[in-house]
Amino acid sequence: MAVGGKRRWWWKRRAAVVAGVTIAVSVWVGSHCYFRRENMAKAEEALVSMCEERARMIQDQFAVSVNHVHALAILISTFYYQKQPPALDQETFAYYTAKTAFERPLLNGVAYAERIIHSQREIFETRQGWTIMTMKREPSPMQDEYAPVIYSQETVSYIEAIDMMSGEEDRENILRARATGKAVLTKPFRLLESNHLGVVLTFPVYRSGLPEDATVVQRVEATAGYLGGAFDVESLVENLLRQLAGNQDITINVYDITNASEPLIMYGPQIPEGYMPLSHVSMLDFGDPFRTHQMHCRYREKPPLPLSAITTPFGIFVIIMLGGYIVFAAKNHYDNVKEDCRKMEELKVQAEAADFLATVSHEIRTPMNGVLGMLDMLLDTDLNLTQKDYAQTAQVCGKALISLINEVLDRAKIEAGKLEIEAVPFDLRSILDDVISLFSSKSREKGIELAVFVSDKVPEVVTGDPGRFRQIITNLVGNSVKFTERGHIFVQVHLADNLDLGADEKVYSGLNGLSQSEKVQIMSDCTFDTLSGFEAADTRNNWENFKLLLSDEMFLPEASTSDKEPDIVTLIVSVEDTGIGIPLRAQDRVFTPFMQADSSTSRNYGGTGIGLSITKCLVELMGGQIDFVSRPNVGSTFTFTAVFKRCNKDAIADTKRTLSEALPTGFRGMKAFIVDGKPVRNAVTRYHLKRLGMAVEVANTVKMMLNSLTRQNSNFRTGRQPYIILIEMDSWYTGMDVYLHNQLLLLKQNDCVLELPKIILLVTCEYDKMSTGSLVDTVINKPLRASTVAACLQQVLGMEKQKKELSNGPTNLRNLLAGKNILVIDDNKVNLRVAASALKKYGARVECAESGKDALSLLQLPHKFDACFMDVQMPEMDGFEATRQIRLMESKANEQISNGGASRGEDSMIVEWHLPILAMTADVIQATYEECLKCGMDGYVSKPFEEQQLFQAVAKFLVFSYSSDQLD
Amino acid sequence: MESDRLQKIYIDFASVVFREEFLDNQYTQLQQLQDESEPKFVLQVGTLFLEDSEKLLNGLRSILDQQDVDFEKLDACVRKLMGSSASIGAKRVKNVCMAFHNSCKNGSKEGCLKCLQQVAQEYLLVKRKLETLFKLEKQILAAGGSVPVLSQ
Repeated sequence: MAVGGKRRWWWKRRAAVVAGVTIAVSVWVGSHCYFRRENMAKAEEALVSMCEERARMIQDQFAVSVNHVHALAILISTFYYQKQPPALDQETFAYYTAKTAFERPLLNGVAYAERIIHSQREIFETRQGWTIMTMKREPSPMQDEYAPVIYSQETVSYIEAIDMMSGEEDRENILRARATGKAVLTKPFRLLESNHLGVVLTFPVYRSGLPEDATVVQRVEATAGYLGGAFDVESLVENLLRQLAGNQDITINVYDITNASEPLIMYGPQIPEGYMPLSHVSMLDFGDPFRTHQMHCRYREKPPLPLSAITTPFGIFVIIMLGGYIVFAAKNHYDNVKEDCRKMEELKVQAEAADFLATVSHEIRTPMNGVLGMLDMLLDTDLNLTQKDYAQTAQVCGKALISLINEVLDRAKIEAGKLEIEAVPFDLRSILDDVISLFSSKSREKGIELAVFVSDKVPEVVTGDPGRFRQIITNLVGNSVKFTERGHIFVQVHLADNLDLGADEKVYSGLNGLSQSEKVQIMSDCTFDTLSGFEAADTRNNWENFKLLLSDEMFLPEASTSDKEPDIVTLIVSVEDTGIGIPLRAQDRVFTPFMQADSSTSRNYGGTGIGLSITKCLVELMGGQIDFVSRPNVGSTFTFTAVFKRCNKDAIADTKRTLSEALPTGFRGMKAFIVDGKPVRNAVTRYHLKRLGMAVEVANTVKMMLNSLTRQNSNFRTGRQPYIILIEMDSWYTGMDVYLHNQLLLLKQNDCVLELPKIILLVTCEYDKMSTGSLVDTVINKPLRASTVAACLQQVLGMEKQKKELSNGPTNLRNLLAGKNILVIDDNKVNLRVAASALKKYGARVECAESGKDALSLLQLPHKFDACFMDVQMPEMDGFEATRQIRLMESKANEQISNGGASRGEDSMIVEWHLPILAMTADVIQATYEECLKCGMDGYVSKPFEEQQLFQAVAKFLVFSYSSDQLD
Repeated sequence: MESDRLQKIYIDFASVVFREEFLDNQYTQLQQLQDESEPKFVLQVGTLFLEDSEKLLNGLRSILDQQDVDFEKLDACVRKLMGSSASIGAKRVKNVCMAFHNSCKNGSKEGCLKCLQQVAQEYLLVKRKLETLFKLEKQILAAGGSVPVLSQ
């Protein structure tokens, strides 16, 4: 899931980022638009209210003016027409109108024109003293009727005597006004004098007695004159608007839209200006139903966008981005934590599994050991055959289970990384011998040769992990034993420097999977130069190569053992068998756990298939590599390298001393003859004999051996040592024993040999024993081990008794300890008994004490003891305390001696009391040793006694008294 | 011959005992200590060991039975058992004793109980082996043979 999941996760993350940014931007844009629209709506609202306000104001002012004109009309009708003589003249009119001008703020001025019919013109003109003039200030031509201005406000006095009906607009107005009886307005036009746009208001004045519902004709008849006023719309509106707030912001147009298709402008610029998209139209009612007016308002400039419309969305955008980032980061963090958590879980599960496995395996192992032990005990009792069979089967199964559990445990440990590689000095050869002996019974049963060969150049003692090394070898040899029915299993150890692997690489890689023809060709060769004569998978191990290796060693003896030895020893270990081999298709998964060649393998041969994977792990832990060559039905050769450290000389000496399986040295210088036709096999035999320090000769057949004995007799005659002949079973035939015996007797008679040589037969399987003759001294069952060979030789030569005398240690010890009085203190009866017996063996007179207190009472001065062995761990008074007490007693006595002179008499040879006290301890730790010295002990020996160590410890302080002892 | 057969059985049995590490080299050394002056040395020491161990095991059991385990006392007992098993060469008993000793040091009662169980078991096993060895030795001697000296 790793790659795909990661990719998907990455895409998801990417999409989330894009989506987040998109949302933020759209919110930004959206909120900006919203603010904009809101702003516009607000501006529009303001415009509407301003427009309406202005419209209402103009309308109101207009209405007020019209009402006042109406009032003036009433005034005229009252004081001019209904008084006889009229109570109104120009002067009065002018004065009155001037005084009441504030009532008509929109009107420039008012004037009254009287209706004059043509018939009355002359009378009128004479009465007034002027002629009626037209608008153009010319005497009026003859008309049906006239409307000359008789009274006028001072502001419009210039129109006096002018016939209003001579102007187009005025005439129309007059006609309409008298017909309707209401105030009427002209369309806007340029006024006289001021040249401003304006309209003229005309109001009819009727003679009294006109009914309310009078007809048009009646009205015309009753008309007395016309009161008119000019609205200078432009300047008046201007004045009016100036008083209002926000005047600068808006522009206003007033139209007369009586003719809807052709609106006439009353106020404002000819071409509408300002911010066009936003405008408001208010209707104006000036009281003239015939005419309709409109007011258009708009902003002079586009209403400015408030700063908040930009900053707020930006703020929101930033907040959203931040929020998004926080969410993103949190999600990221969450993912990371989750991933970590998942990994932790996995690790935990792994660890738990490993831990669990380890625990469970251990828990199973403990009771299983009990079961096995009990089975062991059961097998020791008297059982009938069936019972024995059952018990043995149970034991075999139990052992298999234990080994499986051990393997699982190892595997779990390796996986949990808990397996640590030790670094202790060990003897490689004895470990190989051990492993061989483990499988000896099986190999004997099957009749296969099992042999081990270690090159002389491999150091005796190396530093590494003996347990793991043993495990690897055991696994490999165990496998080989399992899968091999005939032929041999051969373990070899060489120095890596001696084997040039690189040169063989080609052969090596080509080996797995030979073509059929090659195989047939190889099969046709009946015998091979291998250990058993059977073909082996890895041809490098045949005699040709082996010989080279051996000759190498012979030509360069000790060449590499100079001072410049490298610290690291790299060994190549190969385990060769002639078993069933590994099928080609299974070869690449040999080291995979629980993978056997196929399912039938486990059925036929058992096992879990976990062994090789552990082996590989172990090899790699030890810094090596493992590989194999295998050919089905021919065999397999597993080869691994292992890196060890060389030991320094002291460590070698130490290790040799402590190694329990030190080989007996009694065979040094003995001569042996090997009769064996197979070179590899006799090399192995030679190897073991050489380890015992014997000189070895080899012959291919018995005859050759006899010949060479006869020829070389002089060389051997001088030797006092017995002579040994080892004969391989192959070279043996029935009746051979008698023949050989006779021949040897002959040789002896001829003085070719001093003693009759001992004849030892080497056999592979039990069966062979039957055919040996009685004249053979002994039979050694293979596999060969130096120690078994040694044991056999001892038996044959009757050396058991001699052995003790041969080694130096005991005799010296005997000299040292003979006749000495020694006190042994130990609360453990068994230890006491063993220690006492061991010391008695060397001639010492031993007394025992079971506690520190007993010892103290025995050691009251003066006493007879020459030395004291003291257990450290004792109840009540431990060894340290007891020693302190003893030393205290001694120092007191010594003081007395030095103070009181010769209190013990002149014969006293002892200057000071000092009893050698040796600690006996089971755990030899440095700290313990130091504590021993601190409390006054002289040394320590480990329990149980070891000759060499005992000698070393005792020699330090008893050697002096030894000579004096001799004098006695 | 009867004694030869018995000797072979003895060697086979002993080699199994040694291979499985019930006994180690120390036992063979004890055998070498046996001579005319002490003809029954191994038998005596072995019997002593078995009796002693039996007592020690009982002691260990009774200490561990108590509510408050006196680990020092326990450890002293374990050390004693370790010492005598080392002296006789009872390797497996000794090994368990070492684990037991560690458990004592850690003060783990559970571990101690487990070790006690193991040590008792190992003791029974080695007792069985020793008794069988002694029985075989007796039979060999009775048949007129000599007990083979075991060597590693």
